[in-house]
Amino acid sequence: MNVTNQQLARIKWILFALALLPFLRLVAYTYLDKLGANPVEFITRNTGDWTLYFLCITLAMTPLRKLLQWHWIIRMRRMLGLYVFFYAFLHFMTFLWFDHFFEFEEMWTDVLKRPFITVGFSAFVLLIPLALTSSNGMIKRLGGKRWQLLHRLVYVIAPLAVLHYFWMKAGKHDFAQPLLFAVIVFSLLGIRVFWRWRAHLTHNAKAF
Amino acid sequence: QKLAAAVNPAYALMEKKTSYKDATTYNNFYEFGTDKADPAMTAGSLKPRPWSISIEGEIKKPMTLDLDSLLKLAPLEERIYRLRCVEGWSMVIPWVGYSLSQLIKKVEPNSNARFVEFITLEDKKQMPGLRSPVLEWPYVEGLRLDEAMHPLALLTFGMYGEVLPNQNGAPVRIVLPWKYGFKSAKSIVKIRFTKEQPRTAWNIAAPSEYGFYSNVNPEVNHPRWSQASERRIGEDGLLSRKRKTLMFNGYSDVAALYAGMDLKKFF
Repeated sequence: MNVTNQQLARIKWILFALALLPFLRLVAYTYLDKLGANPVEFITRNTGDWTLYFLCITLAMTPLRKLLQWHWIIRMRRMLGLYVFFYAFLHFMTFLWFDHFFEFEEMWTDVLKRPFITVGFSAFVLLIPLALTSSNGMIKRLGGKRWQLLHRLVYVIAPLAVLHYFWMKAGKHDFAQPLLFAVIVFSLLGIRVFWRWRAHLTHNAKAF
Repeated sequence: QKLAAAVNPAYALMEKKTSYKDATTYNNFYEFGTDKADPAMTAGSLKPRPWSISIEGEIKKPMTLDLDSLLKLAPLEERIYRLRCVEGWSMVIPWVGYSLSQLIKKVEPNSNARFVEFITLEDKKQMPGLRSPVLEWPYVEGLRLDEAMHPLALLTFGMYGEVLPNQNGAPVRIVLPWKYGFKSAKSIVKIRFTKEQPRTAWNIAAPSEYGFYSNVNPEVNHPRWSQASERRIGEDGLLSRKRKTLMFNGYSDVAALYAGMDLKKFF
């Protein structure tokens, strides 16, 4: 499927608006008092879920381009990646503000003492440099190679995010959803490993 | 359906009651799903009548009591208790029931009886959550006999002046306000008196995280979160700080039950 630049701009705007809907829903629910019995828990879980959804969608862009031969799709990746950061930031702010009221000492105790928070916090911190270097200017300044190397951090961030969710749910022995995310994330990473391995084989074969 | 009961002033906590809606739509009852909104949606399949509890084990008078006999066994009281969940939130709920000790006296435990085990209904037709292996079914909870005899321990049939909604453990459950909520077994079909400490559902699932006693204790953290504070449902909203959790959830009367015990070890 080929897409003109004009169509591409339109798709981008639609996607931008769609990706903002979960946030707008949260704002509306807060105003309408529809967050349920435990609003902080609702917002924490909701923003966490959407971080994971966008992480999976972002990681799916490269495989989709290859499988569907939709080369334009890769041009959605930056915006989707920034949405991962946006929802992760909301998730973290819920924790820092609504849960800890900016008591940094108390927050640090939580981060250091509770492995699932340690892992989630690390994933969030690792996302920051990716968000900061997402502009064309930064790509130029870093140079394509170094920029790409830096952005491979997402292969560390994604498993950390899944582990964070898994450990959180483990407290209540509820593994169905974390396992689903684990399967999706590891398939998306696995397919890359597989392609690389195959490319390596053909490359070697050619050398002979 | 109304369930008449006189308020027992000795146990009428003067705190703002949690709304009926919150108390009946935000529940942990894994037999009806793991999400807290699930029980209110799926517990309609539970049939709370006819119902009976079989009482057995180390007692002189084993018996099976149907719901009507249970309701007539002692005068029903309304008691307003705090409920503290191990997840760090709390509610204030007016329960209807009578002290569990009334039932225990009737069945006359023998000298071997040191613990009481509560067993929840296990019926896949009525409880859709049993299909997932999140816990070992049936749900089992337990107390030391002296804990069970404490007047605070309430054999419960109703809340807010009505019979228990299915999602809150209909038709009969216990309520132990000084312990985390999961200790209060719901929809009980069997009570067994034993010599040995019973295995309990959450302790089997994660022994390092959920102890047999599970008394509310702000000084003993859950490995995944702090227990020092809690959020009161319906009151502590987005922009209010969590409140401090009290030792034994504020029910200091029970401290005598644990005199000389290291509560960090027996958490």
